[in-house]
Amino acid sequence: MTGSAQAAREAARRHFVGRDRWHWAEALPWAAAVGAFVVFPDYMALGTQIVIAIIFALSLDLILGYAGIVTLGHAAYFGAGAYAAGMLSAHLGWHEPITGLLFAGFVTGLLGLASGLILLRYHGLTLIMLTLAVAIMLQEWANVQERWTGGFDGLLGITIEPLFGLFEYDLWGHTYYWYSLAVLFPCFLVARRIVHSPFGLSLVGIRENTRRMHAVGTPVFARLVAVYTISAAMAGIGGGLFAQSNAFVTLDVLSFSRSGAILIILILGGTGRLYGAFIGAVAYMLLEDELAKIDPVLWEFGVGLALVLAVMFFRNGVLGAAERLARAVGIVRS
Amino acid sequence: MQQALAAAVSIVFDGFAYAMLLFMISVGLSVTMGLMGFANLAHGAFAMVGGYVTVTLMNAAGVPFLLALVLAFFIVAVASVPFERVLYRPLYKAGELDQVLLSIGLVFMAIGAVTYVYGPQPPGIAIPGFLKGQVDLGFKSFPTYRVFVIAMGLATVLSLWYGLERTIVGARIRAAVDNRRMAQSVGIDVDRLFMLTFALGSGLAAFGGGLAVEILGLSPRFAFLYLVQFLIVVAVGGLGSVRGAFVAAVILGVVDTAGKYTWPEGGAFFIYAVTVAVLLVRPAGLFGRA
Repeated sequence: MTGSAQAAREAARRHFVGRDRWHWAEALPWAAAVGAFVVFPDYMALGTQIVIAIIFALSLDLILGYAGIVTLGHAAYFGAGAYAAGMLSAHLGWHEPITGLLFAGFVTGLLGLASGLILLRYHGLTLIMLTLAVAIMLQEWANVQERWTGGFDGLLGITIEPLFGLFEYDLWGHTYYWYSLAVLFPCFLVARRIVHSPFGLSLVGIRENTRRMHAVGTPVFARLVAVYTISAAMAGIGGGLFAQSNAFVTLDVLSFSRSGAILIILILGGTGRLYGAFIGAVAYMLLEDELAKIDPVLWEFGVGLALVLAVMFFRNGVLGAAERLARAVGIVRS
Repeated sequence: MQQALAAAVSIVFDGFAYAMLLFMISVGLSVTMGLMGFANLAHGAFAMVGGYVTVTLMNAAGVPFLLALVLAFFIVAVASVPFERVLYRPLYKAGELDQVLLSIGLVFMAIGAVTYVYGPQPPGIAIPGFLKGQVDLGFKSFPTYRVFVIAMGLATVLSLWYGLERTIVGARIRAAVDNRRMAQSVGIDVDRLFMLTFALGSGLAAFGGGLAVEILGLSPRFAFLYLVQFLIVVAVGGLGSVRGAFVAAVILGVVDTAGKYTWPEGGAFFIYAVTVAVLLVRPAGLFGRA
C-alpha cells in the first residue's frame, strides 16, 4: 500500500472514530438557554414551549432527517403523549411529573411500534397519505371518546405535583423551563448517540439508497421500525411535557396543522443535523409569537414563502445555508 | 319506514352533490399526480382561488353566475401554467418531501394573499333565481342548486370520459399515465401534455370551487379545510384514474354525508378509518396500478 493511500485511510478512520466527539460549539445552545433565562425571565412560558417544540422536532429529525421517512402525521405521537400524561393525572390520580413523562413515552413508544409495524411497509405517496389519515383518525377518535379525553372541550383536571416534591411551579413558568430543559438534554443525548452509532449510519444508508442497504444485508424494515418507535416515544415525551406545563389538553395536539408546523420547523432549521431542530424551533416560535400577533396574514404568507424558498434554494434550511457560508469564507473545511 | 326511506334518499342526494364537487375539484389532481407523480398539496388552493374569482366577477363586475364560473375556469387554468413551468417542473424528479413542502408553502402564500385582499370573512354570492328553490323530480322535491351541481358534475364526468377515451389528446394522456417513457419514445410530447393537463385540472378545480361557494362555503382556509378530502379522493381512487376519482368521490361524499346525519361526532372517524383500510389493502388505491 502506498503512503498516500495509507494516510487517506488513516484520515477516514479518524473521521469515523471521532465523528461523535464533542465540538465546543455544541455548548452554545445550552449556554443560550441559560442566557435566555437571565435576560428574559418573564418569557419563560414561551421558553418552555420552545423547548417542547425542540424535543418534538428532534424526534421528527430522527425519522425524517436521518431515516428519510416522510410523515404528515407525527402529531399523532405528540398528541397521544399529551393525552397519556394528562389522563394519567386527570383520571388515574397519578400526579408525579417524571414518571408521568415516562408513562407518556412508554405509551407512545408502544403506539409507534404498533403503527410502525404496519405503516412502514408502505412507501412514497401512500405512506404520506397513511400517516396523515392515521393521525386525523386518532384525532377524530379522541373527539368521540369524550368521557376520557374531554372531547372538543379539552381535558381538564390535570394537576402535577412539585418536581421531586421540592420545586413548586411558579407563575412565570421558571420551574417548567428548567424542567423541560432537563428533559430535552437526555433526549438530545439519546438522539446524538443514535445518529453517530452504526445503527444511525445504517439509517442514513437507508435514506440514501434503500436497495443497496437491502443488498448489503441490513434488516431495513426492522431498523426503520426501531427508529420510528424511539422517535414516537420522544415525541410522546414532548407531548407529555406539553400537557403538564399547560395543565390542559385539547384535540389540537393531534391536528394536521401541528404535524405540518413541526415539519416546517425542522425543514427551515435544517434536517439530518440535530441542531436544525433547535434553530428551527427557536426561530419559528419567536417569530410566530411576535409576528403572528401583529400581522397574522403576513406571518402566514411569510411561512409559505420561506418554505418555497427553502425547497428551491436552501434544501438544508438555515443550518445548511450557514454551513455553506462558513465553508465559503473558510471557517470550516468541507 | 316511509320516513327512513325519505331520509335515506336525501342523504344519498346530498352526498352525491357533495361528491360531484369533490370529483370536479380532485380529478385534475388525480390525473396530474398519475402523470408526473407530483404530490401537489396546493391543488385545493386553485379551487379556492376559483371561488374568489367567481365571487369577484359577480360582485364587483356584475357578471352572471354561469358566465363567472366559465371565466373562473379559464382564468385559473391560464394562471396555473406559470406555476407549473417555474415552480413545479424543477421538482418532478425530486423526492416527495420537497414536493409536499413546496406545495404546502404555496398554500400558505395563497391563504395569506387571499386574506390580505378579501379578509378572513367568507364572502357570499347571490345565485341566480332559477337555481333557487326546489325542483320536483316526481317522487320527491330537491333543492334546485344541488340538482344543478349534480348535473354539472355528471356533465364533467361525461366530457372527461369523452375527452380521454375518444380523442387523440386523451389517448396520449392515457398512454403517458400508463408508461411515460414509452409514450415519450413513440414521440408524445409528455412535457406539453402535462402542462395542458395541469391547466385543465386547475381550471376544473376553479370551476368546482366556484360551484362549491354556495354549498361548502368559501374562506381563505378552504384549501386546508378540504385538502385531506381531496387527497383521499385521489389516493383511494388511485392516481391517474378518472373512474377511480369518481368512485372514491361518490363513496366519500355519500358516507361522509350519511355519517354527519346519523353519527355527527364520529362520522369523520369512519371516513378516515375506511381510507386507512383501503390504502392498507390496496396501496395504489381502488383503481390504481401498484
